[in-house]
Amino acid sequence: MLDDIDRRILRQWQADPTLGPADLAERARVSVGQLARRQARLRAAGLVKGVQAVIDWAALGYAVEVSLRVTLDKTQGDAFDAFIAAARAVPEVIEIQTFLGRVDVRLSVIARDMAHYQHLYRSRILTLPHIADIEALMHVARIKDDEALPL
Amino acid sequence: MIEIDDTDRASLRLLAQDAGQGAGAVGRACGLSQPAAWRRIKRLRDAGVIKGQRLVLDAERLGFGVTVFLGVKLATKGRVSLEDFERAVGAIPEVQTVEHVLGLYDYRLRVVARDLSDFERVLRRRIMTLPGAGEVEANVLLSEERRPGPISSGD
Repeated sequence: MLDDIDRRILRQWQADPTLGPADLAERARVSVGQLARRQARLRAAGLVKGVQAVIDWAALGYAVEVSLRVTLDKTQGDAFDAFIAAARAVPEVIEIQTFLGRVDVRLSVIARDMAHYQHLYRSRILTLPHIADIEALMHVARIKDDEALPL
Repeated sequence: MIEIDDTDRASLRLLAQDAGQGAGAVGRACGLSQPAAWRRIKRLRDAGVIKGQRLVLDAERLGFGVTVFLGVKLATKGRVSLEDFERAVGAIPEVQTVEHVLGLYDYRLRVVARDLSDFERVLRRRIMTLPGAGEVEANVLLSEERRPGPISSGD
């Protein structure tokens, strides 16, 4: 599947996706032509899904981020589907994750300030269907955020 | 903080899906000329609204079948330096994100591993041995969805 050259390219590419082909090829110690061929192959194979811009919500005035850990009422057969479909309709929900463990679903919610958060929590979150329990973790700081794979 | 309009929001939505497209493509989709789109994107970048780019990989197909979120409580608050803990945890290659949080836990970690036994190795050898690490709760990620956020037109 992957050889050492692929791994070198992926390591450098994920470390800085904004690099141009010449710089990336140099860091990965391959020729520009070889880099282009390998990148095309990794994309075609679906191993690389794409490059996305990362938005800093704080720069847009969303100063508050809260992680809501939700336990669902699983006696309701459609609890997961109904909850997730309703959560998708809340624009301030930026992440929806499902888990195996004590937590069923986690939502990342952003808000302009605490008053805005309180409003969202009461009018948009607590009204989501099939919630049995909900715990909040308030975001203080992001220490590491590269999401790189240890290739 | 900068003010943005619907055209900025549309550009952000497009770039959050595919940052590789140039100002020409963004402009065509938003009804702008290439230079006008370029100026808007530059403004968003200069204001820090676009803080970088992320290469999206298929972790599972690259051999990382397990993603676990860990809630970590520090054992001896006040005696352990947060900086020491943060430096040590940030240096673990399998730890993808570290968030300092308030609530049930002090830190939230995203950890990738090849499989559950590989995860157990990371947990025992690297996480449990961190300076000050106390109670740890693990939740295995089943599915994940990133939403566009409040940049749909009209928000």
